[in-house]
Amino acid sequence: MAAAEDALGDALLAALESWPRAGVPDNPDAWLLAAARRQLIDAARHAKVEAGAAPGLELIVAQARGNAVIDPTFPDERLKLLFVCAHSAIDEAARTPLMLQTVLGLDATRIASAFLVSPTTMSQRLVRVKARIREAGIRFEVPDARELPARVEAVLEAIYAAYGSGWEDVAGADPRRRGLAEEAIWLGRLVARLLPGEPEALGLLALMLHCEARRPARRDSSGGYVPLSRQNVALWSRPLVEEAEEVLAAASRAGQPGRFQLEAAIQSAHARRMATGRTDWEAIALLYEGLLLCAPTIGARVGHAAALAEVRGTEAGLGALDAIPNESIATYQPYWALKAHLLKRLGRDAEAAQAFERAIGLSEDRAVREFLVAAAQAPSSWRASAPRSVTGSSQA
Amino acid sequence: MKYTILIYENEADFATRSDEKRKDAYWGAYRAYTQALTQAGVMIGGAGLQPPGRATTIRLRDGKRQVQDGPFAEAKEQLGGYYVIDVPDLDRALDWAARCPAASTGTIEVRPNLPN
Repeated sequence: MAAAEDALGDALLAALESWPRAGVPDNPDAWLLAAARRQLIDAARHAKVEAGAAPGLELIVAQARGNAVIDPTFPDERLKLLFVCAHSAIDEAARTPLMLQTVLGLDATRIASAFLVSPTTMSQRLVRVKARIREAGIRFEVPDARELPARVEAVLEAIYAAYGSGWEDVAGADPRRRGLAEEAIWLGRLVARLLPGEPEALGLLALMLHCEARRPARRDSSGGYVPLSRQNVALWSRPLVEEAEEVLAAASRAGQPGRFQLEAAIQSAHARRMATGRTDWEAIALLYEGLLLCAPTIGARVGHAAALAEVRGTEAGLGALDAIPNESIATYQPYWALKAHLLKRLGRDAEAAQAFERAIGLSEDRAVREFLVAAAQAPSSWRASAPRSVTGSSQA
Repeated sequence: MKYTILIYENEADFATRSDEKRKDAYWGAYRAYTQALTQAGVMIGGAGLQPPGRATTIRLRDGKRQVQDGPFAEAKEQLGGYYVIDVPDLDRALDWAARCPAASTGTIEVRPNLPN
């Protein structure tokens, strides 16, 4: 077994090294296993020469030779690969890129664009990570039960980061990020299938499906930004919403709520507008409170403030925003966008103008920028819900 | 670490600057961007430039002056302005460059400054 493991580890390293140069084989996992077999056969030859092969190893080699037709799925190998990519010894910022490169076979240039890093820097990071895998002797395996929860979380985080990067590209117009959301969902499905006992894996999948369902409604016919509260629910993808609901229901049967399940539940509450025509802000505020207990990110805090503004009034929402530490908001666009809208709602126009200005300056997306410019100029009786960047992005 | 954000705009961008309907959005976006840079504490300086048609180029060759109207090179996108920012690394500089209004229409070039 150890020999098989080493061989797979070597194959992973070979993949890490040759894929960026040679491009990805049509079926990466089959290639990976084939490479592992090649190395196993080589190793077996060595072993034979040196000390005579162990019977078990002989058997594996024989099987590898006999198995000319390769099953195209090999899910277990991919799962192990995901765990290697999200290992705690690997820099957090490098985990998602590594996953995209090794599991999905994206090239370094495309990954660099998706994460807004120079291609040279990204290549160097990936090279360093590979060296790190070797030095740290990270094992190519599914962690044991004791380690599993923490390791699963890291895998899910990395997949979510990939989705977040794809989510920003609403229209799929940005070639540097095209299809990244779909790739992330594919990974999410894979993990959910391979780890049926992990409700958080299902939670992440449900979350991504809910966000994806709204893609057609996020821009109007002329490319203008449409905030969630004004989206035409008829444009939401019903099949995706239904699938998300099923997945989330399956997750909740485990009775172990977690960060991704809560985030999915928040999106599920928004999705109910399809049936009821209204948004249950009370439920959403409550879910955010739960989310803040297990994952007090700045995105969750801003989302909570937005929900509070609907449930307990604009001032309460503003109060929640003001309680967020200053150092974390300097470049956080959703904070300023929400603050601007709430101030405007209260008729505090001068302060609102300042906050709008800040939000506009921090917007990367042209449609969002134009939306905010229009909102800033609108009369103060104009009531709009904040353009929450709805989860899906790493901010939420 | 200081970086210069060079803003290359196309002809349509330059035209927007004086288009009655769209100039407010154009200048508003840059005002907001400049304010965001300033309030985040990364702004060192910068300038907006008049369109390339207002440029004059000069070369000295064999002791002779060659003066021409127009920009250094004919290209679809021309330098429209620049910012100098102080951020910890290239990643942060690219974050800011992506927020520059011209990123969605023209091209933004980010260069590390030489040390003083």
